[in-house]
Amino acid sequence: MKEFKGRVVTPGRCSAKAVVTKAGFNTLASLQKALQFGDKTATCNDQNNPDIYGEPLCGNALVLPQTIGSTTGGMVLYCACAMKRQPACMLFTNHIDSLAAAGAILADVWLPDITMPVIDNLGDEFLDYVKTGMTVTIKDDGVVVVE
Amino acid sequence: MILTEKQQQMLNGEQGETLAKVMKTLVMYGEAFGAEKMIEVTGEHNHLVTSFGLKMITPVYDLMNKLIEAGAVSKQTFSVDPRPLDKNVPANFLQNLIFNKFMYSKQDFYEGQLKELGLMDKDAFTCTCYMDEVGNKPKKGDILSWAESSAVVYANSVLGARCNRNSGIMDIMGSIAGCVPYFGLLTDEGRKASWVVKIETTKKPEAQLLGSAIGMKVMEDVPYVIGLDKWLGDELTDSACTYLKDFGAATASNGAVGLYHIDNLTPEAKEQGKDLILENAQEYVITDEELERVKNNYPVIWKDKNAKPKLCFMGCPHMSLQQLKDWTDRVETALKEAGNKKVVIPTVFTAAPKVLEEFNKTDYAERLKKTGVITSYICPLMYMNNPLCAKMPVITSSNKLRTYTTSRYYTDDEILVEITKGGN
Repeated sequence: MKEFKGRVVTPGRCSAKAVVTKAGFNTLASLQKALQFGDKTATCNDQNNPDIYGEPLCGNALVLPQTIGSTTGGMVLYCACAMKRQPACMLFTNHIDSLAAAGAILADVWLPDITMPVIDNLGDEFLDYVKTGMTVTIKDDGVVVVE
Repeated sequence: MILTEKQQQMLNGEQGETLAKVMKTLVMYGEAFGAEKMIEVTGEHNHLVTSFGLKMITPVYDLMNKLIEAGAVSKQTFSVDPRPLDKNVPANFLQNLIFNKFMYSKQDFYEGQLKELGLMDKDAFTCTCYMDEVGNKPKKGDILSWAESSAVVYANSVLGARCNRNSGIMDIMGSIAGCVPYFGLLTDEGRKASWVVKIETTKKPEAQLLGSAIGMKVMEDVPYVIGLDKWLGDELTDSACTYLKDFGAATASNGAVGLYHIDNLTPEAKEQGKDLILENAQEYVITDEELERVKNNYPVIWKDKNAKPKLCFMGCPHMSLQQLKDWTDRVETALKEAGNKKVVIPTVFTAAPKVLEEFNKTDYAERLKKTGVITSYICPLMYMNNPLCAKMPVITSSNKLRTYTTSRYYTDDEILVEITKGGN
């Protein structure tokens, strides 16, 4: 078990299995098929990301350095939240990027019933330590416990 | 964040609950990036990324309805990304059924919403809104609230406007409130380069391949590219701008680049030169071998990797008028050399409706038509999102289209061979 400290972007607590991508998370490429055709598990469809291609994202703790790709990214993430297909939380090792921030904030402001805690600045050591399948728990003040 | 009195009143709900939420969204967005204030949006028009009436994105329509009902419409008129459908583009009965009944069945409804929110005009659907023919070309220094990664990177880098890589929906929030949080690419510091990219190729690098390599390397950082002026010259000619359009789209989609500087060519690099490079900037050297390595690493996810291509898309991002003319010449010449009268693979060139309108006034249009090439205003990406289209072996020279779909990337020269002679 190891504890890491990041910064709270959108608040909340959760405990979920980690799905880890060491490459940038392409939100549109990863989620568009899932949202378009009603895949409730939101399976990652990004062919360029072997770390998580085919992994279910809904309800899991998505660990990522940052998101990349199309500027529809935030809108896609917002829709995933509204349709309840979002990751349980998003844990960024880097500073959050503008697209992911938009998606998380739009959901936080405009979807009062939806919670998707987002923590950023967790650092490279966090990305080295956490592996897909480990349990990740978000506590208060940006503390993340991995076991 | 310090807000003006007017902004604070909006946040406090004095102009209604919906506008308060708009301002709260922008404030939280700014706080995530340490913004200390808002800055006025000064661009004449906005540009939005969400152009498609996809059946499943009802949360977007619901939000737009809330804005319309509250009278929270855009203070600027706006252009928007391309439409998803065009009957000119080949599609069989089943593909059309999926397009019209299951995918984009809300297109008319959504276009109605866009009109109420401030759409420039009925033809303002393109990812290259900055083309002269389209009329949404910001000035140097303009503050924008745009989305569409390829348009943002072009506006920042080639036109010298200032815009963050805003997301869909966040784009319209800025033009409703009339301000955006001041951070990132809006600031002088945020426009400095943390990468130096040295071009050491023996020939002009393929725009979309070079952009892909740089995007994947620098991710969201700002690269300062040295040595490209050797191939593009030191003036922003039509040809250089076209190159940079395609290059930028690849940096933005294969990575997350929102701004690049080209030594001796782009406006800020011309003014400030290497002063734009941060201390301890990382270095990336581009050689012929490096570009080959990048290209060879692209996955080919066709079921039959040796399948004969059934469709070719050119124009992601949309082609310029000059690009359409140049490709007309190239296709004609290559067909003649191959002894063919028409392209051997159904081929679609996409461009903005107003660029196509201008193109159709020239004799090139009839010449291109004779080669069998189809012109369209659609977004090829939205076409390829149809699962039945995704199963087809489609080729493209767009690294953006390759990234988001099952289409296979070829360089421009390879594409020309494929469509005029047949490569497989």
